[in-house]
Amino acid sequence: MAMSRDEVFQKVQEVLVDALGVDDDEVTAEATLMGDLGAESIDFLDIVFRLEKAFAMKVPREELFPAEGLLNDPELVSNGKLTDKGLTELRERVPHTDLTEFEKDPDINKLADLFTVNAIVNYVDGRLNAA
Amino acid sequence: MRWIWIDKFIEFQSGRRAVAVKNVTLAEEHLHDHFPGFPVMPECLMIEGMAQTAGILVGEAKNFEEKVILAKISKAVFFDFVVPGDSLRLEAQIGTISPEAASTNGRITRENQLIAEIELMFSHIDQNLAGKKFPEENFVFTGMFTSLLRDVVLESTPGDSPRTEPCG
Repeated sequence: MAMSRDEVFQKVQEVLVDALGVDDDEVTAEATLMGDLGAESIDFLDIVFRLEKAFAMKVPREELFPAEGLLNDPELVSNGKLTDKGLTELRERVPHTDLTEFEKDPDINKLADLFTVNAIVNYVDGRLNAA
Repeated sequence: MRWIWIDKFIEFQSGRRAVAVKNVTLAEEHLHDHFPGFPVMPECLMIEGMAQTAGILVGEAKNFEEKVILAKISKAVFFDFVVPGDSLRLEAQIGTISPEAASTNGRITRENQLIAEIELMFSHIDQNLAGKKFPEENFVFTGMFTSLLRDVVLESTPGDSPRTEPCG
């Protein structure tokens, strides 16, 4: 399916407007889902369902939001921060996310900031172009 | 007592759609206070009725083995008042269903007039909330709900495990 990055962004924007009840001008590329757009855990599933419909593809939740699964493993998290092993694991799981800022202080509370609109666009864009 | 805001199901297609009816009557005590001299069915109770219609549809899709909890009201828009004497038709369709959750689309009508559009999300709570424990027994689907299904024949979809009755 040929779709430009702008078209992907527009569709993702529509999905987030519907799922989170926000205005389209709030859904900027840099906006974080939880911090800026107020998403809660059930909203992540809602977003997954709507993306599947919008792009007619199966979206495994752990692929789109892969960092969720790291947080309960003591080998990967110590004193509220990701260990080196945790960081390596995270890098593998989120190849479509820019981690430069996060790596300076890998506080797990800041993991939420990694869930940005851009991360979703990158993921969908990657899937469509790989197909 | 169980809080039930539909009277019975009249159509039921396993895993796809279900239709329930609700007859509104002035014998419902809250209508005398909502509002004195102007009884109208509270919109929140229509949402609850849709949650029950759609929730039973979602529960039945997994043979009532999951604890299905209303997790999100994605949309609820109302177009007219509902008053005593009205017969409502609540129609719910499954949008998506996954191991963890389901989304549903619903319409409430009165004699073909659109009264409300309601979209909901349900969580299968045992599959979510990492590590939190809930009682073993299925406290969501109790015997009360069975009577709502008295007029419809549940058709198993191919590949289903043998059907179990909702506990209670």
